[in-house]
Amino acid sequence: MSNDLPFLEMEKKPTVQVTFDGQRLDLPEGENLAAALLAAGIQTFRHTAKTGAPRGPFCMMGACFDCLIEIDGTVRQACMLEVQPGLQIARPSAGGGDHDPE
Amino acid sequence: MQADYAIIGGGVVGLSIAWGLLKKGRKVIVLDGEDGSFRASRGNFGLVWVQSKGLNQPAYARWSQRSAALWSDFAAELADTTGQAVPLEQKGGYDLHFSDESLYQTVEKYKNLQAQLGTEYPFDVLGHNALRKEEPNIGPKVSGAILHHQDGHANPLRLLMALSAAVHQQGGKVLTGKTVTEVTKPDGFVMRCADGTTVEAGKLVLAAGLGAAVLGPKLGFKAPVRPQRGQVLITEKLPKLINRPSLIARQVDEGGIQIGATNEEVGHDDSVTQSGISSLAAKAIAAYPALAKAQLVRSWGALRVLTPDGLPIYQESQTMPGAYLVTCHSGITLAAVHAQVLPDWLDQTAAAPDLEVFSEQRFTIS
Amino acid sequence: MTQSDIAIIGAGPAGMAAAATAARHGATVTLLDEQPRPGGQIYRDVDRVNQPRADILGKDYQCGATLTRGLRDAGITHVKGAVVWAIEDSFTVSYTQNGQAAQVSADRVILATGALERPMPLPGWTLPGVMTAGAGQILLKQSGVLASNAVLVGSGPLLYLIAAQMVRAGTPPRALVETQSRYDLLRAGKHFGGALRGAGYLVKGLKLLAQIIRARVPRYTAATDITIEGDTRAEAVTFRNRGRTHRIACDTVLLHHGVVPNTQAARSIEVPHLWDNAQHCFSPVTDQWGATPVEGVFIAGDSAGIGGATVAERAGRISALKALEELGQISPQARDDLATSLLRQKAKENAVRPFLDTAYPPCAQALSPADSTLVCRCEEVRAGDIRQYAKLGCLGPNQAKAFGRAGMGPCQGRYCGLSVTAILAQENSLGPDDTGYLRIRPPIKPVTLGELAAMHQSTPADAAE
Repeated sequence: MSNDLPFLEMEKKPTVQVTFDGQRLDLPEGENLAAALLAAGIQTFRHTAKTGAPRGPFCMMGACFDCLIEIDGTVRQACMLEVQPGLQIARPSAGGGDHDPE
Repeated sequence: MQADYAIIGGGVVGLSIAWGLLKKGRKVIVLDGEDGSFRASRGNFGLVWVQSKGLNQPAYARWSQRSAALWSDFAAELADTTGQAVPLEQKGGYDLHFSDESLYQTVEKYKNLQAQLGTEYPFDVLGHNALRKEEPNIGPKVSGAILHHQDGHANPLRLLMALSAAVHQQGGKVLTGKTVTEVTKPDGFVMRCADGTTVEAGKLVLAAGLGAAVLGPKLGFKAPVRPQRGQVLITEKLPKLINRPSLIARQVDEGGIQIGATNEEVGHDDSVTQSGISSLAAKAIAAYPALAKAQLVRSWGALRVLTPDGLPIYQESQTMPGAYLVTCHSGITLAAVHAQVLPDWLDQTAAAPDLEVFSEQRFTIS
Repeated sequence: MTQSDIAIIGAGPAGMAAAATAARHGATVTLLDEQPRPGGQIYRDVDRVNQPRADILGKDYQCGATLTRGLRDAGITHVKGAVVWAIEDSFTVSYTQNGQAAQVSADRVILATGALERPMPLPGWTLPGVMTAGAGQILLKQSGVLASNAVLVGSGPLLYLIAAQMVRAGTPPRALVETQSRYDLLRAGKHFGGALRGAGYLVKGLKLLAQIIRARVPRYTAATDITIEGDTRAEAVTFRNRGRTHRIACDTVLLHHGVVPNTQAARSIEVPHLWDNAQHCFSPVTDQWGATPVEGVFIAGDSAGIGGATVAERAGRISALKALEELGQISPQARDDLATSLLRQKAKENAVRPFLDTAYPPCAQALSPADSTLVCRCEEVRAGDIRQYAKLGCLGPNQAKAFGRAGMGPCQGRYCGLSVTAILAQENSLGPDDTGYLRIRPPIKPVTLGELAAMHQSTPADAAE
């Protein structure tokens, strides 16, 4: 438990390996993915397509769609998923600058 | 309240005409409906489209071509006036086909129209491989496409917004939340609204979409318009996946893929159905298989405003001269002519276009 | 497609209680819930919480286990991780589970979709590190994850509850920045008599407050001009209090100024909603049974109007009894016999609400955000944009949506709808009912095109150009 991180995990649980944007992470198996990423120190889950603003989990209950991440080509809500071994998680690729900036 | 023109209907058709009249110095009042009214202007597919228009009536093809040609200047002028960009792309558009037979049947129709038009009607026929060079994400089930170079697409909501801003800026009055219940013509026109508002104007343009079916007959029009439901889907914002629009799918300027549209004769029911959106999803994936992984964020049903032959109506009332009916189901494509050309027809100047073929007399002759 | 007498959407207190009651009297029930385990947000993961965490969360939370036990009935099919995205045709419910779409048909539908945090648009509220207080609680309940350096901002009992839980867990918040004033408490005094009927609730609140004070967590009330500072994440909260500007550095900001009914599912099937002035939100039109004007559709629990967990539990049972009677499973007499005491308890438990609603009103700054504050998080639309649309004659949120995309993103207006209505109402000098709300259509949650297409029964007409 490091006091430098904004979020602490009360209990130590068995972890599995996943990657987030290529970075290797050990996350507690079966736990809520958004919570596990936060506890691992990930704050920015994605950037908005319109302005590139950083976003992270806001509601933790599947309503706000700010914790979107990409797994296997589909964009999903991290707060509605659980940690499984081998997950390859990416920041969603929309907003890569292909669109009219207005 | 008095004006030269009262426009009943504050959608893209009504506002395009209003802006055009204001630019010619006319005093204009627009009477617009409720937030929840049926509004094709908010639900349409955003194509600025030429191909397949007027296959049986070359004048309609010409009218569409004329508008498509005016569109970029129209959008630029709107943007200059209001500071509101109207994203537009006119790099051509596709009619995608899943069989060679249907592709070549359509090509024959286009050639036939091309011969009658006597104007340019530029299109290319792309087989699967040629199409794949243009659209790397096209699926194996697509056998080919007609690429028509006069086609394109715009952001219809930004158009609606810019037109509203332009009308306000030019001194036009837009009264929202109004339902016109009664029109009399003692001298000029007097319109009474459900909430008691009264508006007077020298001339009147009925551009109320499906509302024209109710109000039209009171003004001496047949106004034979009916609703046809189109369900439309839009995905989350995605990286570039589709280069040119088609009737099946287009990538909008904000990044989402818009997928259209059903053609359903279900009266004034604009709801979304699982069967409707599933069929659209299946077809879009057949065209662009990568879409299978995309999230559908919204879907909606909107009601097309259709005449019996699908063509527009431009008609002056015979019982109430000075009242005009304007209705079409291609308000986006025709926005440019409605703003830049139609005011001359309404003002009856020497520059007025000949719109006789679009008179509603055509529905009595048959 | 599976078939049930009753489809219940949401496995929180209302949904679980409704399912248990319906099954006990012989009805077949499909209970659809988005979470992998029952409980709703209030009892999230109550069945797998371990002991130290359970102690921190308290007895009220542990009570939820009674309700989850009630789901062990052969008549109940609990579909876990099911995201409902369409309800149609009296009734086919379409949902996604494990990346696959499926449907269930039912004669009656009970919506028990709970509450959402009231949108709280403040400068900086979209930064990573800013979350709802409810999110903070979910992190604790489900994952045992705690914000180590947090400031709580807003008003209402939930703010005290989570603060007290954080104190018990050994990570007290840096501060409570509260927006209600002593004046609000004075105004609430006239509702005190009613509140005494629910005195247990008040006593609990005072105990929470005592724990917070004992832990020396700084409290600032009547805070105004709140801003969350930070470039790529929340770094501090600034505000004014008693004529002074304060700045508190932090990593996490938890926002809360009340919860509002989650009306998305009900609106998608055109259940009418009316503005509730006391609770400052739209609530669906329901009768004492939770029945709506849409035949066969009931709404129970917070999604019918905020009452809290125990009220929701009663409401779930009450709606189930009416549905059972309509289905012929019980007689009208049995229905009334069973419902009488439930209705009485529900009224008693609701009696504290007027006091709470007045003592902890929504944060004024967030109800009328500054022009530069984002209201639509998804499409990044600012309050000033909405005001601009009003100047162009925009009367309602649907026109505003067409003009500026507020409500068009994946959350479908859940976190901007009330703000947009409030701003337009203010600009146009109209009431919220006359201004209206966003039209909500299926899919009420995003669904992949692949899942949708897999449900397509091919007919030649569909394939025609």
